[in-house]
Amino acid sequence: MSEMIVETRDLSMRFGGVLAVNNVNFNLRERELRCLIGPNGAGKSTLFKCMTGLHQIHHSNGRVFIRGHDVTGWRPHEIVQLGVGIKTQVPSVMNGLTVWENLWLSARRIHGKKGASPEVDRVIAELGLQTHVRRMVGELGHGQRQIVEIGLVLCQRPKLVLLDEPAAGITGAEADRLVELIHGINQQAAVVVVDHDMNFVRMLGGTVTVLHQGAVLMEGATDAVMNNAKVREVYIGNRAK
Amino acid sequence: MIGDAANFTSAGRTHWGWIIAIFILLLLLPAVFDTNTPTLLGIWALFALSLGLMWGYAGILSFGHAAYFGLGAYTYAITSMNLGESTAAWIFAIVLPAFVAALIGAMMFYGRISDVYMGVITLVFSLILAKFMGATAGDAYSIGSARLGGFNGIPAFPILNVPGDPSTPIFGTALYYVVLCCLVVCYLVSRWVLSSAFGRVLLGIRENEARIELLGYNAPAYKTAIFSLSAAMAGMAGCLFASWAEIVTPALFGLGQSVEVIIWVIAGGLGTLMGPIIGAVLLGTMKLLLGGQTFIDNSLVIGAILVLVVLLLPKGLLPTLMGWRNNMGNAV
Repeated sequence: MSEMIVETRDLSMRFGGVLAVNNVNFNLRERELRCLIGPNGAGKSTLFKCMTGLHQIHHSNGRVFIRGHDVTGWRPHEIVQLGVGIKTQVPSVMNGLTVWENLWLSARRIHGKKGASPEVDRVIAELGLQTHVRRMVGELGHGQRQIVEIGLVLCQRPKLVLLDEPAAGITGAEADRLVELIHGINQQAAVVVVDHDMNFVRMLGGTVTVLHQGAVLMEGATDAVMNNAKVREVYIGNRAK
Repeated sequence: MIGDAANFTSAGRTHWGWIIAIFILLLLLPAVFDTNTPTLLGIWALFALSLGLMWGYAGILSFGHAAYFGLGAYTYAITSMNLGESTAAWIFAIVLPAFVAALIGAMMFYGRISDVYMGVITLVFSLILAKFMGATAGDAYSIGSARLGGFNGIPAFPILNVPGDPSTPIFGTALYYVVLCCLVVCYLVSRWVLSSAFGRVLLGIRENEARIELLGYNAPAYKTAIFSLSAAMAGMAGCLFASWAEIVTPALFGLGQSVEVIIWVIAGGLGTLMGPIIGAVLLGTMKLLLGGQTFIDNSLVIGAILVLVVLLLPKGLLPTLMGWRNNMGNAV
């Protein structure tokens, strides 16, 4: 049986009077693909930020373990150094640098002085970014910047990839390409995708965890979750009617 | 596959032809002009370079950079007065500002203080030093044989000498060449830093610090290091200034000094290394020329220049000129 790569124990996060994450126990095994879904305000992004160190967690609010390390209270860069690739909700790239420079900065830390350039070339070829290599990332469209950000993750060859709304604002063709990319990443790494686009989640497949009001409502295969009456009620209730 | 240097163009390129030509001209300058003013301009250029490196490439703006200039000057004056020669004083004048900046930088950057508060802290630190040094009149305020002297500062300390030989002081044309060498060395060190992996991470921090952290880099450590390096250069400039002026006063820590260097960097061109140097030389010359007249207040003219530069040349002088040259080249 494969090892546990992410584990949260009784994790809670409160903002003032709002309990955004409520006693969540989330587990993910190596090379597993997991989609984290839920309506707006369900706590998906907060849970994501707790796992990535973007929200600092106090030990009294539960624990987060990544690759066997208790990362509760760790800074994002320390968590990334465990072999974690992170893509945030809004494309977080270096707009004033070129595509090549962005990817090089990512590759340099892992692959060293000699290995960085070949790794960048590999990722550029894999993502089909050859025509944009010398363009400033800030000049690219939203979808292309999403791809560059995924390239930043790929350059580090992580063991765990956390993607927050990777499909936000991209076209249908780009979504197909993105699904292909995520499946490719999943060959080598465990992947958590946070999204609320049910079509995209269906395209990805894998296991789905549904969050509602900060707590885990259900966990299971995509079809089972989609057909569950309670999930439909809290998540797609309005559209179902 | 293309090499790193060819692909990583955002760190800027070294225009060796221009640099060597300017260097030769500056080497020959003492044959034509008196070196007193060019020496001072060289010191100011070094001070501007120190801020330009940190602000232009790592995005860290210090509103109180004069603190490190003044610390360098005072450290040199106090140490040389106690030791009777300049070799160790010169080293202390670089190391102490770097150390102090590392402490303050670590506190600010690891404390995740926002840019606004960082500006306030750097400004307040320099003003505290100015205020403190201004209140050190009397015998009680002495370090060894050096009396701090309050508003009057410290005069009559040994000027720079040939290392290990206190009987051979460096002044006049020799001091000019020392300043020129320091400026060139600091420029080359800055260029080397920017072309290294460390410098490229700094560019990434300037563009998006959160993303750099998400790539696994410890951004506060990088920022603390460049803050400290910049302070070391400012300290070196302060030390050279002390040796040139042969007096140090609390005005070296003052708000005016900190604001002036910011204007030099903006006017010359933020995000370049030559820009701050050019800005310091041009505006410094103007300041010295205006200082000789009483018709209009000096700071009014400098302020007006800043407004005009921001409105007409928002990128600064050097990037604008380079842009024009590139456009003309493309048209041809």
